[in-house]
Formats: sequence, C-alpha cells, structure tokens
Amino acid sequence: MELRIALAQVAPSLGDVEANLELAADRMRAAEARGAGLTVLPELALTGYLLSDLVPEVAMRADDERLAALGRTVPGMLVAVGFVEETDDHRFCNSVVLLRGGDVIGLHRKVYLPTYGLFDEGRFTRPGDRIRTHDAGAPWGRIGLSVCEDFWHASLPMLQAQDGAQLLVNVAAGPSRAPGSAAGLEAIDGWHKMQDTYALLGTVAVAFCNRVGNEEGLTFWGGSRLVGPNGATIVQAPLWEEALVIGSIDTDDIRMQRYGVPLLADERLELVRRELDRIIAERADLPPTSDDDAP
Amino acid sequence: MTDEAVLPQIDPDETIDVIVRFIRAQLEQTGFERLVLGLSGGVDSATVAYLCARVVSPDRLLAVRMPYRTSSDASETDALRVVEALGCVTERVDITPMVEPMLELIGPEGDGALNVRRGNVMARQRMIVLYDRSAAFDALVAGTSNKTEALLGYGTLWGDMAAAFQPIGDLYKSQLREVATALGVPPEIVAKPPSADLWPGQTDEGELGRSYDELDRALFALVDRRWSVERCVGAGLPRELVEWVARRVAMMEFKRQTPPVAKVSLRTPGIDHLYPRRRPGSRRTSR
Repeated sequence: MELRIALAQVAPSLGDVEANLELAADRMRAAEARGAGLTVLPELALTGYLLSDLVPEVAMRADDERLAALGRTVPGMLVAVGFVEETDDHRFCNSVVLLRGGDVIGLHRKVYLPTYGLFDEGRFTRPGDRIRTHDAGAPWGRIGLSVCEDFWHASLPMLQAQDGAQLLVNVAAGPSRAPGSAAGLEAIDGWHKMQDTYALLGTVAVAFCNRVGNEEGLTFWGGSRLVGPNGATIVQAPLWEEALVIGSIDTDDIRMQRYGVPLLADERLELVRRELDRIIAERADLPPTSDDDAP
Repeated sequence: MTDEAVLPQIDPDETIDVIVRFIRAQLEQTGFERLVLGLSGGVDSATVAYLCARVVSPDRLLAVRMPYRTSSDASETDALRVVEALGCVTERVDITPMVEPMLELIGPEGDGALNVRRGNVMARQRMIVLYDRSAAFDALVAGTSNKTEALLGYGTLWGDMAAAFQPIGDLYKSQLREVATALGVPPEIVAKPPSADLWPGQTDEGELGRSYDELDRALFALVDRRWSVERCVGAGLPRELVEWVARRVAMMEFKRQTPPVAKVSLRTPGIDHLYPRRRPGSRRTSR
C-alpha cells in the first residue's frame, strides 16, 4: 500500500490565523491534485513562531470549528498542522493536530520547549506531558506526532516506534544559526542525520516539515524531507524557499525492513525500564525500586 | 462606566521611593555622578527634575531649556520656576538656528503630516543637544517619557524618547500628576494642559483627540488588566476609544523595541548574546 505524503514548506504570517488557515487549505488542495493522502504543515503554521504575548490571542482549542473546517478541506485527506492550543484548564501549548474530515485523529503537545540560546519558548508556552501514537486507519496505521525540539530527544521517537508507529511526523520552525557558513550548514546536516538515524533505528518512515520565511531577526531554513524506513532520503525540499514536495512510501517496504532488520522486535523494554528505574532512583538518591536490584 | 474600568489609585510616596532608588542604582551601576535632562516646563520633565534632585545635589543636576522661536513664553516661565525651586544648574540653548535650515527643506507649517515632520526635527535636535551636554557635563541623560506616551507611541523615535533610563516610563499621565503633586511640583505646572509645544496652540489632548483620563483608562484595561476589547466595552468604555487605543498600541510597538538584527552568525546581539545592560567590568571607573 502506498503512503503518499505532501510536505508543505510554507512561510506563515505572524499572528494572522485567518490568513494561515487559508494558506494551509490552499496547500492541501494543491497536495490533493498531486495525489497526496497526508499533508504536513510546519510547527505553528497557523500562527507564526515569535508570538510572545500574542499567544492567548491566537490560541485555539483542539476542537475549534476553524480546525475542523480545515480538516474538511479535502475529503478523506489527513492533515498535520501546528498551532497554539489552549487546553480546558487554560494551558497554552505548542501543539500539532492530525485532522481528517471534521475529526481530530491525533494531538501532540510539544514536550521539550527550548528555552536557551536564541529560544525562549518556555517563557510563553507550557510543555505537554504525553508521548503517544495515533491510529489513522488503513493504510496509514499508527502515526507518531512531534514538534521540532522533541526530536532532539531520542527517547521520544523511539517510544513512538515501540508504540507501533509506521510513520513519525515531526513539524518544525527551525531558525538558521549562521546561514551560508560552515557552522550553519553543520546544524542543518545535524537535523538530517538525526532523522536518518531515527528512521533506521526505528525502522519507520519519517516526515519532517520545517517552515521558511523570516520573523524579526530569524530566518527559517526549510529543508523538509521524507525518509524511508531504511534511512534513505525519498524526497527533500530546498532550503529557504516555499515548496510543496511529495513522496511515497510503500508499507511493504516497512514490512520487509522490519523482517530483515528486526530491531523493534528485539528491543528489551523490560530491561530498559529496569535500568531507567534504577537511574531515576539513583539520581534522586532513593532506595532501589525493584527486587531485581537486590543482591 | 463600572468601577473596574477606572484607573486604580497609586501611593505617590511609595512610587517616588522606588523611582529614587532606581535612579540612584542607575548612577551606581554606570559609574556616573551627574544627571542631565531637558526641561520643557511641562509636568513630565518637571517631575523627573524633582525626582533627580532627590538623588543628586543641585550642582550635579543640569536642566537644559531648549526653546524654538515659536515656543510659548509660559513654558519658559514654568521651566524657570522648577530651576529656581530646585536650585539646579541650568542652560538655555535656543534650537532655532540649528533646526531652521532643515525646516526650510520641509516647508512651512501646514497639514498634520508636515507638522509632525517639523516636530520630529525639533525633538531630534533637542536629543542632539542633550547628548552633547551629557558629554560636556559628564552626566547620564534622564528620560522624561511617561507610560501613556510610550504605549501610544506619542513621541519621536530617537528624539524625546532617547535617554539612558526612563524613571517615569511606567506611570500613566494621570498617575503622574499625583506623583508630581507629592513631589512639590508647582500646581500651575501640574494643572496646565499638556503640550509638546512643537507648534503654537498644540496640545496633546487636541492632537490625540481624547483626554488623558479616557486614554489611561483604556490603556490600563487593555494592557495592565489584559482585557479584550469586548470586555472593555462591556465595562463601559466607549468602543471607538478602545479600538483606537488597541490599534495604536499595536501600530507603535516598533517604537518600544530595539531594531531587529538579521541573524547570520552563531551569536547575535539581542538574540542570543544576552547580558544585563550593566555587569562587572562595565562600570565606568574614570572619565
């Protein structure tokens, strides 16, 4: 079965939700014309990135009618899109939602909010506390959603692979550190290496959609890509420019990769958990939690 | 109007105490011992002069009067009233010959846009004079912008908004009058209609088209209380006023921030090269 995926590498307008909803719908229609069944838009694609105190003004609940309407743009199409989510208890999260028709198929709240260097996300949004996968039905199976910095923590994609994901979707708003210089290109290369590695180790497909455009002094670099379950690049968008790139993954390739390289099946989760429990206890100077640790 | 939509009372003495400590800390952190400010004769600069006089002795406070040929005589009289009360050092620098060649390029007083351009030239010339006197008198420039002006962007970028620090930048105009009174600023200065005095007959409230009391109530609700426009209207504030103020605050954001730097390196001033303005090693030890 073919999974045909469109990466909509766009430059959202900061703070203009209506314009960004239109932009997202426009890319979904263009993706449909090219046969895609899933369109991925970047992190905060509906709001822009450097929001600061605009956060409560642009926030939407996950069941907001505007999101449902976006989901209905193309009948049957899945769309993953980043937005500012306001929870029932008024936490403001940097979230990605997976929609189809008027339904919310999946929702992920960014767990790791970078608040260092040029980033100040923890100042304006609150972290999520769930790492899950979402059943999108045949042929998609389970999809693991994440947002940008989440991918710099290997535990997250690996948990999602263990939780049954065939496809990891990471949406990003990655600003360039030093465009054109060796240091800047290394940073982009680091992102791509990391995606290849997760695909290889998780024997999963990876769809990465990073925004472009400019906000204040920041320039977002794009370079969105689709990686197969063997770590090979299927399609890659250009740096800096808006683009709609489309690629396909055959679910049979995932199946045969997992037969040939059964890393997921060989994983020893009980062992991992025991060692994690031990490390957590030792760090907090707590007594051992498991009998296994007794001499 | 509900009680909620009214600007809350402040304690002028507590406020003065905090600002005086702030000014003293600015001098200590920078290694300066003197202060200079532009004294117009209005309540804002008079208030700042009185605040500065609580921190430095009169011989270390320079009040510069910078009239243009059309400036009102009343402004000069009021400025001198402040100088006399404080006993501080003062200078009169007539900006007329400095700005006239530029004003000739712009053209005579006319419509609003032309007047704003002419006013900006005067405000920026005063900044040039103040920063020159700052170097000559070895003093920090005390700012005289208030919160109402800063939020509405009712000031000239790189002109009257230029300063080393802003002692009254978090006080609304209507709160500032209470502080001025508590400091002993002459009542005639506190009571007169605020004016930038950039052209004859100009008043702030005439130019903004609203009273400071109205503006401050709307600003307080929108900014300090974080109310939506609808909630402000629900509390009895006029919709036209609230929408105008909200739009103006957004439109003037650029005047309150340093310009963005295009990030092209690993460390960029203002983005990820971030330090306190004053830190060990930055304090001036000698002239």
